[in-house]
Amino acid sequence: MSLNIVRRAVLPLRRARILPSPFNARIAGRCSSSISQRPGSDRVRFPGAVNSKFTSQMSFINASDMPNIPTYRVMDSDGVLVEKTREALNVSNENILTWYKNMLTVSVMDVVMFEAQRQGRLSFYMVSAGEEGISVGSAAALTPDDVVFAQYREAGVFQQRGFTLHDFMSQLFANSNDNGRGRNMPVHYGSNYPRNHTISSPLATQIPQASGAAYALKLQGLQDPNKPPRIVACYFGEGAASEGDFHAGLNIAATRSCPVVFICRNNGFAISTPTLEQYRGDGIASRGLGYGIDTIRVDGNDIFAVYEAMQEARRVALSDGGKPVLVEAMSYRVSHHSTSDDSFAYRARVEVEDWKRRDNPIIRLRKWLENEGLWNEDLEQSTREELRKNVLKEFGAAERLKKPPIREAFTDVYEELTEEAQDQMKELKRILEKYPNEYDLHQFEEGINGL
Amino acid sequence: MPPLRAISKLIRHPPCRLYSAASSTRLNAPIDYRSTPLLHHTSSSLSSSLDIPDTATSTSLNLYQAINSALRTALSTSNQVMLFGEDVAFGGVFRCSMNLQTEFGSERVFNTPLTEQGIVGFAIGAAAEGMKPVAEIQFADYVFPAFDQIVNEAAKFRYREGATGVHAGGMVVRMPCGAVGHGALYHSQSPEALFAHVPGVQVVMPRSPSQAKGLLLSAIFEHNNPVIFMEPKILYRAAVEHVPNEYYTIPLNQAEVIKPGNDVTIVSYGQPLYLCSAAIAAIEKEMKGVNVELIDLRTIYPWDRQTVLDSVRKTGRAIVVHESMINYGVGAEVAATIQDGAFLNLEAPVKRVAGWSTHTGLTYEKFILPDVTRIYDAIKQTLEY
Repeated sequence: MSLNIVRRAVLPLRRARILPSPFNARIAGRCSSSISQRPGSDRVRFPGAVNSKFTSQMSFINASDMPNIPTYRVMDSDGVLVEKTREALNVSNENILTWYKNMLTVSVMDVVMFEAQRQGRLSFYMVSAGEEGISVGSAAALTPDDVVFAQYREAGVFQQRGFTLHDFMSQLFANSNDNGRGRNMPVHYGSNYPRNHTISSPLATQIPQASGAAYALKLQGLQDPNKPPRIVACYFGEGAASEGDFHAGLNIAATRSCPVVFICRNNGFAISTPTLEQYRGDGIASRGLGYGIDTIRVDGNDIFAVYEAMQEARRVALSDGGKPVLVEAMSYRVSHHSTSDDSFAYRARVEVEDWKRRDNPIIRLRKWLENEGLWNEDLEQSTREELRKNVLKEFGAAERLKKPPIREAFTDVYEELTEEAQDQMKELKRILEKYPNEYDLHQFEEGINGL
Repeated sequence: MPPLRAISKLIRHPPCRLYSAASSTRLNAPIDYRSTPLLHHTSSSLSSSLDIPDTATSTSLNLYQAINSALRTALSTSNQVMLFGEDVAFGGVFRCSMNLQTEFGSERVFNTPLTEQGIVGFAIGAAAEGMKPVAEIQFADYVFPAFDQIVNEAAKFRYREGATGVHAGGMVVRMPCGAVGHGALYHSQSPEALFAHVPGVQVVMPRSPSQAKGLLLSAIFEHNNPVIFMEPKILYRAAVEHVPNEYYTIPLNQAEVIKPGNDVTIVSYGQPLYLCSAAIAAIEKEMKGVNVELIDLRTIYPWDRQTVLDSVRKTGRAIVVHESMINYGVGAEVAATIQDGAFLNLEAPVKRVAGWSTHTGLTYEKFILPDVTRIYDAIKQTLEY
């Protein structure tokens, strides 16, 4: 503590000496140049803004004078490519059909599970309606080695990355096949490989974690050149972007040059709060520039735009030794926030119906597929019917399966069971044995012996 | 917070707590770290108290040098270890990371922006991909912006990931803690009790240089759980002792009986152990035949209940001493455990000597925090009950 002031004074110099590794070329370049003001210079060389021109015009920069960041779009709402002269999409028709079926799967599952929750067969659910294009399209640009941190409305990411209906249902019913061992609320999915970190409810906490994870991947790539290049994809809504962790995560990703792509799903609402009460700038994208992060805004209802932007974002994230990218994908949350929400309490039914009819990532891709002669009404009907059957089959099986043994309530808090936990398990067992009629153990694997 | 902190850094802090003691002072004399029995003033006693070979060499180091030695050992032991935080690159405001960036490169030792929630979130993410991040929070007083990341994320990561097997166990969050004589509200706190209420993290506080190195290396390599590692900053320069040069560890799940005794058990951790030791010396000198057992918890959670219970079953009396405030403090947990586990052995109520339930007002520090007099008085009261 006593040395602070002395050491702080020499900080810039020392840093300049220490940093010039190729790894930190950008920062080192900025630090090693003298930051003193040259006489007669037309620009400021303050350390905090090394290339700012002087001006004698006092004018405050007003965000509303700036043009809004444009929204990248590949196909219009009729499923027709906007740019007739553009080169062909770099995806096979087979892959596009898979994307379509993946969006449809999520959509069909949503309808069934929302209804199941309403019948009390499930404690909670959140649908992705209107945002299937963002999650499936962006995940399609990832490799299985890439790492995903999601918020909770990204079922399409899991579906595209190999999560099966069996996996979804196991988690939703918290049964003995659930990766989360029955501990998490429904829709808090997770998988080891491809790595989709288990979703946690606190909003935006995954954002600085994604930066740290991306930094780890970068370091591991430097330490072992045989490792494939990997990025982290981090998803969040526009409401979560108001959290301090958004600021922390993007800033730290920029200063540490982390290969991470931040994907903001801007769907217009955070539960009941419209974006006008969430922020006053030009959405989330405008903030990326402030952090020195390459940024793009895309039409989230256009799966081709999302895919292409994400593919390029991934390439950029791995360039120059790694750097963060921000993608703001615009859409509309056509569903309720969750099964605990009735969104007609704060927005007009007609507005929602309008969005459902007017624009929708699934219908848009369907139109493109039909224009290409790859899809038709018969295929649509039979596919939907088959998906619904599969969902119901897995639903039934998952619902019938027992819950994990009760000991899982205590395991995994620490790597080893603590002595205290062992004592508490014994005590719980004593209570369960003494008052057998007070507890229903039949739905847990191994019953009383599961403890 | 940042502007105030910057100002506070302008103050030159003497290394030890200043007691403006009256000339008649018998108990509240400044702790003489050069003669306290709690430190290894020579290398000869090291191998008996630490699990290291007789042939191990040692160097006399203060606490910040011992932390620096531990970090250097960690960084050279595994390239998974990374070290970061605010002002870590130039050596750290307490000199704990001196020369480490030069030795290990700016990829593994680096500054972060000034954001505690960012630092801990970043550490969690890196740990989740298999690294061993050692994050520094500049003062424990500033860990609260990261409270959500620690409580809701780091602590619950393994539990919620379940069968995926993914966890953030490789991470350690270091933070200087405790009073220094003039740290006032925001350079004095010890929030260990807040973290001890969080299943999923291990909370550790060393009392000395050799202990700090062994416990820190243990936190980084031997225990696969997120660890909150709290360093009593008043000891950074004050406590000097012999520290083994090589890699060695001290397990995080064991308390240490520093001094055996039969009449009363004192349980403490961190800097107050020196106060306890001084109070015990005064009592034992005064009351012939009395001997007091002193236990260092070392790990505050999950803690070594057995060692404490065994001791109290023998002595029948117990006192818990800590600097952080008494209300809902570590003493409450220890006292409750003792009355539950050693009820029939108790001959006096379990006493808590701790900071009063107020803030650490600048000029009032010596009245607020436990001192030798209060500990001495507590021992007397407990013995005479």
